[in-house]
Amino acid sequence: METELILIGLAGVLFAAAPIIFAVIGETVTERAGVINLSMNGTILLSAMGGFAASSRTESLLAGFLTGAAIGALVALVVAFSSITLKQSQVAVGFVLALTCRDLAYFLGNNYMGVSGPRVPAWDFPVLGQIPIIGQLFFHHDVMTYLSFLAILLAWAWIFRTRPGLMLQGIGERPASAYVRGANVNLMRYVYTIIGGAIIGLAGPTYSLSVKAGWNGTISGLDGFGWIALSITIFGGWNPLRAAFGAYLFGLLQWLGLVLQPSLPNIPSQVLQVAPFPLMILTLLLVNIGDAEWVERTLAAMPESARRFFTKAFRALRASPPAALGVPFERD
Amino acid sequence: MKNTTLNRLGFQLLALALALGITSLILLAVGARPIQVFKDMFGSLGSVNKFSDVLVSWVPLLLVTAGLLITFAAGLWNIGVEGQITLGAIGTTMMLRSLQDSAMNPALIITLSVLAGMFAGALWAALAGALKTFGGVNEIFGGLGLNFVATALTIYLIFGPWKRPGTGSMSGTEPFADPLHLPLFEGLRLSPWSLVIAIAGIIFVYFLLQGTYFGLRLKAVGRNFRAAYLLGIPTWQYMMFSFLLCGALAGAAGALQVTAVYYRLIPAISSGYGYLGLMVAMLINYQAIWAVSVALFFAALNIGSIQLPILHKLDSSLSGVLQGMLVLFVLLAEGARQRFTPKA
Repeated sequence: METELILIGLAGVLFAAAPIIFAVIGETVTERAGVINLSMNGTILLSAMGGFAASSRTESLLAGFLTGAAIGALVALVVAFSSITLKQSQVAVGFVLALTCRDLAYFLGNNYMGVSGPRVPAWDFPVLGQIPIIGQLFFHHDVMTYLSFLAILLAWAWIFRTRPGLMLQGIGERPASAYVRGANVNLMRYVYTIIGGAIIGLAGPTYSLSVKAGWNGTISGLDGFGWIALSITIFGGWNPLRAAFGAYLFGLLQWLGLVLQPSLPNIPSQVLQVAPFPLMILTLLLVNIGDAEWVERTLAAMPESARRFFTKAFRALRASPPAALGVPFERD
Repeated sequence: MKNTTLNRLGFQLLALALALGITSLILLAVGARPIQVFKDMFGSLGSVNKFSDVLVSWVPLLLVTAGLLITFAAGLWNIGVEGQITLGAIGTTMMLRSLQDSAMNPALIITLSVLAGMFAGALWAALAGALKTFGGVNEIFGGLGLNFVATALTIYLIFGPWKRPGTGSMSGTEPFADPLHLPLFEGLRLSPWSLVIAIAGIIFVYFLLQGTYFGLRLKAVGRNFRAAYLLGIPTWQYMMFSFLLCGALAGAAGALQVTAVYYRLIPAISSGYGYLGLMVAMLINYQAIWAVSVALFFAALNIGSIQLPILHKLDSSLSGVLQGMLVLFVLLAEGARQRFTPKA
């Protein structure tokens, strides 16, 4: 009985992580091309609201997800245009969009507060769902959860196992070399930013039409997702598999917080809800600290065996961004 | 030279027109009448009462913007400023609570409390600074995380150790007694002390950045970190110090929210002024001289939008939409100007 409950809990973690997975995969693809889409928190809220509104008006789930993806792509287009064509700071434009889209979501969503709408139906995966344990964990969800699994694998295979994926790595790492090899760097950055944005845009409706159906304005519980997803992208070292691991780990910890709540009656629930954030800082610290100068100095002063251990540990954790991330490309 | 100024003005007017245009389209989309909405947003600001409310909102915004101008000068994106406001409020509340039953002179208690708030804000900023300097954590992500932690800390205090007699509630801690409030203008919600502190803050920052050796070197760190380092400027110390100063100014904003506005600690004490301050700083292209007027304009939008739910059944987040569109289009227009005007 105990294992049964734990299985249900873990399956719930996989299910609830789907929006973050889409966001993290979309951002990973974008950043691989050398562009930071910092607007994510606003994009997700706006696509959640827009997707829900479109669905509840048309009674069509597909319309909701298409709307979400379109919103994501559109916001990404603004980021791409301002950073690639106009060479403005990606951080500045992304941040402004993050705030503006958020307010826009709350403004436009005012009429959809608490309105009932459609919800993605649960669908047990045929055959695979029958496998004991595995089936229960991975294949008793809905279509969006399966798509989130697929997105992880596809993104990973695309980046690391295909020729265009190799080119994608090139335009993020060494755009000049990629250009010499015949890549149209800026066009590809546009394309990947927009595709990445569309994937990010799926995160919103996945939340508002599946994970926690409905739109409840500021109390939807979705505000902050985008910022978390951004740091998970860094934690994931721009590798879809490691990023997905980060997202699930994050979900697991949140779930543990929820489970442990009754045994910690002195801590208000709002505090446990933000427990992931100090954790996020801690993970970023672990990922980056190996590069700090004082750490290198301290390591150099350590005895041989300790130094080897720590160097190895930091290297395993370290995540270096694409070398040209955030740097505009000029061909001259 | 004159041509550039004219050119820039043209692009900025275009940006303003586009921001208003898009916002109008959004209003039309939800079935509202844009002209009427804009008129109601600004029309009600004529009275002394309303204008003093705008100033109440202007004070924290100006203080935060002033602080951010320092971190921006050092090339830092101090998104953690929101949490620094919150910690300022917490520090102030803590000091007020510990001294409120003492026989000390109330004026002294308030002064000490505001200083405690500035100290707490600086400390929180130092945390983001230390994460960046010693841990390699980008200040944007460190700061964001710390913002959420600061909010959680506030809620924990309100529902835990500082809860009202009986049960804690979202309405905040028990209000402080009258003598511990900063005095207000007769019949208004505005305190002259808040105005003085905010204006002193922006003047301090203006002269720090324009007229001191420190400001010059700080800007050198911001423009070209490596060159500044090679020139012998103690770069990380300068960055850290800019965090401390910004945190102290944000902390002062939080302190004034407690001592002159709410008289207690409430869950959303920072009210988004930190993020709004970042927008103001971007909109004025990091020039201190414009902070006063643009912050006033943003504060007016904030106060003007409060009426929207009653008058038009519209959400008050419209002010955020308009402010955001404005900053966005000004950034885009500046980019377009640089891209499409031939260089002399």
